[in-house]
Amino acid sequence: MNFPILSSLILLPIVGALFIFFINSDKNNKSTKYVSLFISLANLLLSLYLWLVFNKDTSNFQFVENREWLGIINYKVGIDGISILFVILTTFITPLCILSVNSTIKYRLKEFLISILVMESLMIGVFCSLDLVIFYLFFEGGLIPMFLIIGIWGGERRVYSAFKFFLYTLLGSVLMLVAIITIYWVTGTTDVVELYSIGIPKELQNILWLAFFSSFAVKTPMWPVHTWLPDAHVEAPTAGSVLLAAILLKMAGYGFIRFSLGLFPIASEYFIPFVYTLSIVAIIYTSLVALMQEDMKKLIAYSSVAHMGFVTLGIFTMTQQGIEGSIFQMISHGLVSAALFLCVGVVYERKHTRLIKDYGGLVSEMPKYAIVFMVFTLGAVGLPGTTGFIGEFLILMGTFKKSFIAAILASIGVILSAAYMLWLYRRVVFGRLNNANLKGILDLNKSETLILWILAVPTVFFGFYPEPLFGTIETSVSEFLIQYNVNINLYVTEK
Amino acid sequence: MTNLNFIYSELTLAFSIMLLLIIGVFKKKSSSLIYNLSILTLLIIFILSLSLFGKNSTSLFINSYKIDYLSTFMKGLLYLSGIFVMLSSTRYLILFQIFKIEYPILLLSSILGMSIMISSNDLIVFYMGLELQSLALYVLASFKRENPLSAESGLKYFVLSALSSGLLLYGCSLIYGYAGSTNFDIISSNINSVNYGLTLGIVFILVGLAFKISAVPFHMWAPDVYQGSPTSVTIFFAILPKIAALTVFIRFLYIPFINLIDQWQVIIIFLSIASMIFGAVAAIGQKNLKRLMAYSSISHMGFALAGLAVGTNEGIQSSITYMSLYVIMNLSFFSSLFMLKINQKYYETIDDLSGLSKNHPMLSLAMLVSLFSLAGIPPLAGFFAKFYIFMAVIEQEMYFLAIVGLLSTVVAAFYYLRIIKTIYFDEEKQKYDKDHNLGLKLSLILSTLIIATYFIYPSGLISIISKIIII
Repeated sequence: MNFPILSSLILLPIVGALFIFFINSDKNNKSTKYVSLFISLANLLLSLYLWLVFNKDTSNFQFVENREWLGIINYKVGIDGISILFVILTTFITPLCILSVNSTIKYRLKEFLISILVMESLMIGVFCSLDLVIFYLFFEGGLIPMFLIIGIWGGERRVYSAFKFFLYTLLGSVLMLVAIITIYWVTGTTDVVELYSIGIPKELQNILWLAFFSSFAVKTPMWPVHTWLPDAHVEAPTAGSVLLAAILLKMAGYGFIRFSLGLFPIASEYFIPFVYTLSIVAIIYTSLVALMQEDMKKLIAYSSVAHMGFVTLGIFTMTQQGIEGSIFQMISHGLVSAALFLCVGVVYERKHTRLIKDYGGLVSEMPKYAIVFMVFTLGAVGLPGTTGFIGEFLILMGTFKKSFIAAILASIGVILSAAYMLWLYRRVVFGRLNNANLKGILDLNKSETLILWILAVPTVFFGFYPEPLFGTIETSVSEFLIQYNVNINLYVTEK
Repeated sequence: MTNLNFIYSELTLAFSIMLLLIIGVFKKKSSSLIYNLSILTLLIIFILSLSLFGKNSTSLFINSYKIDYLSTFMKGLLYLSGIFVMLSSTRYLILFQIFKIEYPILLLSSILGMSIMISSNDLIVFYMGLELQSLALYVLASFKRENPLSAESGLKYFVLSALSSGLLLYGCSLIYGYAGSTNFDIISSNINSVNYGLTLGIVFILVGLAFKISAVPFHMWAPDVYQGSPTSVTIFFAILPKIAALTVFIRFLYIPFINLIDQWQVIIIFLSIASMIFGAVAAIGQKNLKRLMAYSSISHMGFALAGLAVGTNEGIQSSITYMSLYVIMNLSFFSSLFMLKINQKYYETIDDLSGLSKNHPMLSLAMLVSLFSLAGIPPLAGFFAKFYIFMAVIEQEMYFLAIVGLLSTVVAAFYYLRIIKTIYFDEEKQKYDKDHNLGLKLSLILSTLIIATYFIYPSGLISIISKIIII
C-alpha cells in the first residue's frame, strides 16, 4: 500500500479547516458550510473505501505508515479490526454535526466549522496512532478545539464547564505522559506493536496501568471522576455534545483495550475487581441519578456514564464476548447518544428550554419527531432489534462467565435504563399538551429529518444484522485475546 | 593574534557601539538612523556567529574565553532574538516617547555583556560580562523617567541586583580561595574533595545566578520590574538575560563543579520545583498581562532548571531546547501585546483583551496559539519543550520532579485558559488600531508560525542542539 490513506484521513479535515480559514467568507457563510460538508463527506467516503479494502482475516495492523519524526520516536499509524470501526464512526458522525449547525449555531459559524474539522482530524489520529507519543499528541490536542466549542458556543455556564472539562482531562492525562516516558526508558521504544512483543516488566505494570487509568477513567468517564461530563454536555452546543458523546468518550474505551489490556496484561488482571466495582457503581448510581434529572440533556449525559460503565465492564471481562460487546456498545452508543442529543437540540431550538416539565404531549404536534425519538429511546434502552441490545447482551454474557454477582448487578442497570429512558419519553412526548407554549410547535424540518433518519437506519439495521461489524472486529479481538493469555501465562511461568 | 577571528562578532559589536555613540552625539535627530543601524549590527554579528558553526572549539585569552558549540548556539539565539525584539518594539518606542539614541546603544551594550557571559570560562570574565549587561539593564528598566512605575522598577532592579552581584562576587572569592584559581578548567582539576568553603561559594554564585533568571526564592524583583518597565524593555528582560544566565548556569555547574554534583543537585532541584509551583500558583490572581508573564517566566525557568538538575548531556540539551522554544513563545506573546493600542495608548490588562476575537480574529488566533503553547498543550511547540525536559528527567528516574512539574502545568493551564476565555468567550469591549509596522507583524507571524508548525519537523532543532556536548 503506497498511498498513505490513513494520513490522508487525518490530514484532510485539517487542510479543509485551513482552506476555510483563508477563504474570505461571504456574509451568510454558505460557502464555508458547503466546503466543510464536502470535506467531511470526502473523508467519509475515504474511510468507507478503507473498510472495503480492509482485510478482515488478519489481526495484523494494516495500512501501516512509519516515518522518521522525532529522532527517537517515529510517526507510526495503522489500523486493525479494533480501531477501524471507530475511525468510520468518527467520519460518519462529523458530517452530521456539520449538517446540524444550520439551526443550532447562530454566530461565528466559520470558526465553529474549523473547530469541528480540526477535532475530526485529531480524533481519527487517536484511533490510528500506533505510537504512544503520537497517541498522546492527538489525545491531548483534542482538548483545544473542544474547549473552544464548549466555551464559545455553549450555554450560560459555558465558561465553568469548559474550564472543568479542560482541567479535569489535562490532570488525568499528565500522569499518562509520565508513564509513556517511563515506558520509553524502560523498553527503549514507544512503538505499540513492538511493545506488544517486548512486554513491560512485571514490577512496573501496576503503577503504569494506574497512570494510564487516571487518564482514561477521566475521559470515559468512570465514576467518581465523571462529574465534568454532565456539565460539559449540558453547556455544549448540540453539535459539541454529539461529538463529545459519540466520539470523544470512545477514545478512552479504545485506549483501555489497546493500551491497558494490550500493554499491561498482568496489571489488568490484577485490577479487575477494582474496575468491576467502579463500573457497577457507575451503572447503578448514575442510572439512579439520571432518574432524578429535570434537564433532558443532563439525563442523557448521565445515561452516557451508565452506558460507558457497561463498556468498561465488558472490556475487563477479557472474554471474546465482553470485548466485542464493548466495541459494539461503543458504536451503538455513538449512534444513539448522538441522535438523542440531536433530538433534545431539536426541541431546544424551538422552545429554548431543556426542562422536562416544560414539555409533554409533543406527539400530537410533532408526530415525525415522536417516531425517531422513539427509535433512539428504544436503542438506549437496549430493546432487541436495536444495536443497544446486542452490545449489552454480549457484555452481560461475558460478565456472567467471570462474575455472577457483577452480572446480576449490571442487569439491574439495564432495568434502570429502561426506567429513566421510557419515563423521559413518556413525560416529553406523551401525555396531554398542557403547556400552551407548545401549541403549533413545528415538526422536524428537512435537514433534521435527514440527520435523524441517517442515524436511525444503522441503529436498526445493525440491530438486526450485526454481522458486518462483528466480521470486521472478530479476528482482531480473538487474536488480541490469544496474545493476552499468552502474555499472562508467560509472566506466570516466569515467576 | 590569529585567534581573533573567533570573536569577530563581539569585536564588531563593541566597535559599533562606540561608533553609534559618536554618530548619536554629533548628528542631530539621529535616533531612527541609530536604531536601524543597531538592528543591522545585530544582523551582521548574527551572520558572523553563524560562520563559527561547525568549527572546533577554542579557548582565547589564557583559556578564559571559550568559543565552543554551546557558546555559538546561544549567541546565535541571543542575537536573533535581539533582532526580533528590536524589530517588534520600534513603534512602541516612538509612541511611548522613549525613542532616543541611548536606547539602542544600551541594548547593544547589554547584549555585548551577555555574549561575554556566554563565552566566559573564568569567574572574572563572567563577572565583567554580567555587570556590563546589568548596568545597561538598570538604565533601560527606568528609561521612562517621568513614569513613577518605571523609575521604581529601575531602582528596585538596581538594588536587588546589586545585592545579588555582591553575593556572587563573594562566592567567586570563596571559590578562588579554596580552589586556587578563577579559571573554570583549573578549578575543575584542583578540586579533589568536598569542603564547606567551596560548597558555600557554589551556593553564593547559584544565588546570584538564580536572581538573574528570577528563580524562586530570588524572584521578588521580577513582577514589579516586568510591569513597571516599558513593554519593549520587558520583552527584552523576559528573553535575552535568561539566555545568557542559563548558559552560565550550564558552564558553571558542569565544567568546574561536575564532580560536586551531589552538592548542587539538590539546590537546583529545589529552585526548579519552587519556581514551577510558585510561578504557576502566583500567576492565577494577576490582572496585568506583563505581571502575569513575569510569573509565567518564573515557572518556565523552573522547567529549564529541571533539565539542568538532571546532570546529563540530555538534560542540558533539553534545557537549551526549552530555552529556545521559550524565547519564541515569549516573542510571539509580547508581539501581540504591542498590537493592543488605540491611538497613543497601549493596553496591558487581561480585561482589555475582552472579546478580542470578534474584531481581530488573526491576532486572537496568534494569542491562542502562543498561550496554549505556553501552557504546554500538544501539538504546539510548548509541549515538545516540556516533553524533552521530562524525557531527560525521567531517564534519571527523578519521578518526583517530573510529577510535580506536570501537575504545575495543570495549575498553570488555568491562568492561560483564563486569558483565552477573555479573548474568546467574553463580550467585545474595544477595537484596537490595525496599522502595525512591518517589523512587528513579521516577528508575530514568524514566531507564531514556528510554534504552530513545530510538530511537523521537530527533529530539526534537536539535531542541532544534540551536538552540544558538555560533559
